Amino acid sequence: MTDKPELLVTPHQANDIPDLISAGADAFLVGEEAFGLRLAGNFDREEMEKAVELAHKTGANVYAAVNAIFHNNQLKNLKEYIRFLNRIGVDAIVYGDPAVLLIAKETAPSIPLHWNTETTATNWQTVNYWGKQGAERAVLARELNMDAITEIKENATVDIEIQVHGMACMFQSKRKLVGNYMEYQGRNLQIERRDKERSLHLYDSERDVKYPVFEDRNGTHIMSPRDMCIIDELDELLDVGVDAFKIEGILKDKAYLTEVTALYKQAIDLYYQDQSLYNNKREIMLDKAKSLQPRTRDIDTGFFFKETVY
Amino acid sequence: MKAAVQKKKDNRTTKELKKPELLLPAGNLEKLKIAVHYGADAVYIGGQEYGLRSNAANFSIEQMKEGVTFAQKYSAKVYVTTNIFAHNENMDGLAEYLESIEAAGVAGIIAADPLIIETAKKAAPSLEIHLSTQQSLTNWLAVKFWKEQGLERVVLAREVSLEEMLEIKKHVDIEIETFIHGAMCISYSGRCVLSNHMTARDSNRGGCCQSCRWNYDLLESDGKEVKPLHSINDEPFTMSPKDLNLIQSIPKLMDAGIDSLKVEGRMKSIHYVATVASVYRKVIDEYYTNPEHFQIKREWLEELGKCANRDTAPAFFENVPTYKEQLWGESKKNAPYEFAGMVLYYDKKTKMVTLQQRNYFKPGDEVEFFGPNSNSFKQTVPILFDDKGNKMDAARHPLQVVCFQLDQPVKPWDMMRKNKE
Repeated sequence: MTDKPELLVTPHQANDIPDLISAGADAFLVGEEAFGLRLAGNFDREEMEKAVELAHKTGANVYAAVNAIFHNNQLKNLKEYIRFLNRIGVDAIVYGDPAVLLIAKETAPSIPLHWNTETTATNWQTVNYWGKQGAERAVLARELNMDAITEIKENATVDIEIQVHGMACMFQSKRKLVGNYMEYQGRNLQIERRDKERSLHLYDSERDVKYPVFEDRNGTHIMSPRDMCIIDELDELLDVGVDAFKIEGILKDKAYLTEVTALYKQAIDLYYQDQSLYNNKREIMLDKAKSLQPRTRDIDTGFFFKETVY
Repeated sequence: MKAAVQKKKDNRTTKELKKPELLLPAGNLEKLKIAVHYGADAVYIGGQEYGLRSNAANFSIEQMKEGVTFAQKYSAKVYVTTNIFAHNENMDGLAEYLESIEAAGVAGIIAADPLIIETAKKAAPSLEIHLSTQQSLTNWLAVKFWKEQGLERVVLAREVSLEEMLEIKKHVDIEIETFIHGAMCISYSGRCVLSNHMTARDSNRGGCCQSCRWNYDLLESDGKEVKPLHSINDEPFTMSPKDLNLIQSIPKLMDAGIDSLKVEGRMKSIHYVATVASVYRKVIDEYYTNPEHFQIKREWLEELGKCANRDTAPAFFENVPTYKEQLWGESKKNAPYEFAGMVLYYDKKTKMVTLQQRNYFKPGDEVEFFGPNSNSFKQTVPILFDDKGNKMDAARHPLQVVCFQLDQPVKPWDMMRKNKE
């Protein structure tokens, strides 16, 4: 049997880390909005240092999200930021833009790299290509099903991470699309907030679902209408040895994130103890996961059992 | 001495102006021929697989060969788009496909996925590899990365401004291709999976259902109460960008030394392809020949307007676009002109034009003729005949051959359009 997968969560602040470790988290993905995309919380440099300190106390890992799409004028700060990450000893840099890869190889050659563009890691040869460029891990697109994930894992030369729980990003634009609409309506943008705390949604009447939408310095982001949850369908992924399971904490509170983390920890432990124990508790764990959901957000199984056409 | 002073005064004359490639889309063989005939230096086409327009007719390998042979007569190049982000299931047959494209005489591929790039390097080494805009390249270091990977050319993200292009050019010696005209994604290309989530169609494999252009309600919700952020009279929230149009900025792009100017639209009609190709051909040639006294002519702008089915804007060229660069409510329109017929033959003695019908027209209609190098002119359709000399009350049938008397001479492949309004 393979090693247990790493349970990776995205906390809102450094102080949440000890409780999340107690709940079963092995690693944390954190970052600063200027460099990372769609973070559960914005970690300034002090907060980053604190996160590393708190996590390392118990042997947990901290990965820095440096996965923004960078324009020329951000490259100078990017280099300086990677130096900072090197100094504070983060355990990996998560990137999508090859600019980060080049800077990291030069400035911080000993920090492991995780490749994550969110949407484009869709086949094992491409995953291995980024491995050859220096990535130790690839984060797969969320729009893949169980068979595709399994095939990638079986052929990958790098570690494979997938998201198992929470919201998914469906769209990023550099344009300020919510602000543009408000301005078009004649609203005063000085007083209209469009950040993720305002809880804005796009309502799709044909599907009768609401997509969370928000703006930040990286542009406009639109999120999935339901949270994926596969607490009761982990066996194939555990069997094939997927290396890391991510639980996404964006737009959720700490209590939710802690409970969900504990639930997945329980599921993984049960499976490794005895698969029949996991089998017996699947339904109970799924019910528990459902009970944790905010009233207005359902769960689904994402793309794990879906076929897409084109 | 005097000449040197003169040169210093005018920056443009000190720099060697290079003619950029004018790159047009071609959704099928006929459009390829028209694009090349109307002035494209190169065309990009889709094959049966691996391209992002699964709804377009696309080319078989045989048709690619015919297209390449045709284009060669005009010294034009043919590129094939293979710009999907492939899934495991798409790997089988890829190498063979790329080999057959290479054998067909295609100059290069436009690719985004390293799987396809790496396979092409091995299986079809003579193909140039151009990085697709699907990679959303926005900075010079990322461009440098792809140059080091052996790519000949990169297509920049639509989010890159002129200033940023200049800086990229300064840092990296690689061919730069950029979009100048047509529809575009409102998201960072390659980073949108709305279609996947909403309709189970894979946007990054050609299944995009353009759900960004649908209507939505913007709501605010605090977990208990849901409040709409619009009133009954407001247009709904939507994310429809105006089409790109950089005709005014062609001189700046040429000054910047951009290597290829690209028009979007493999799904567009031959009327669109012909009109856009001929207008940009004239703009590029005229600025190249006479940069000091160059001015955009009103007739060029009018020509472009005849095939425009959306309002246009310069997008990110100068600044991040605002609400004014988006389409709201009923501002979506259809092209004011439609393609009515293709010239097959003109008899100078009898002044009779022979046309292939492409849309309904009848005697008394005002029509307009245009060709690749000529200025357009209008005439009213006089008595109409079929190919056997019988009088007709209207040209009703697609591809039907019809004749009428036309005062000004035209050439085969000139087009006849009709104002729909």
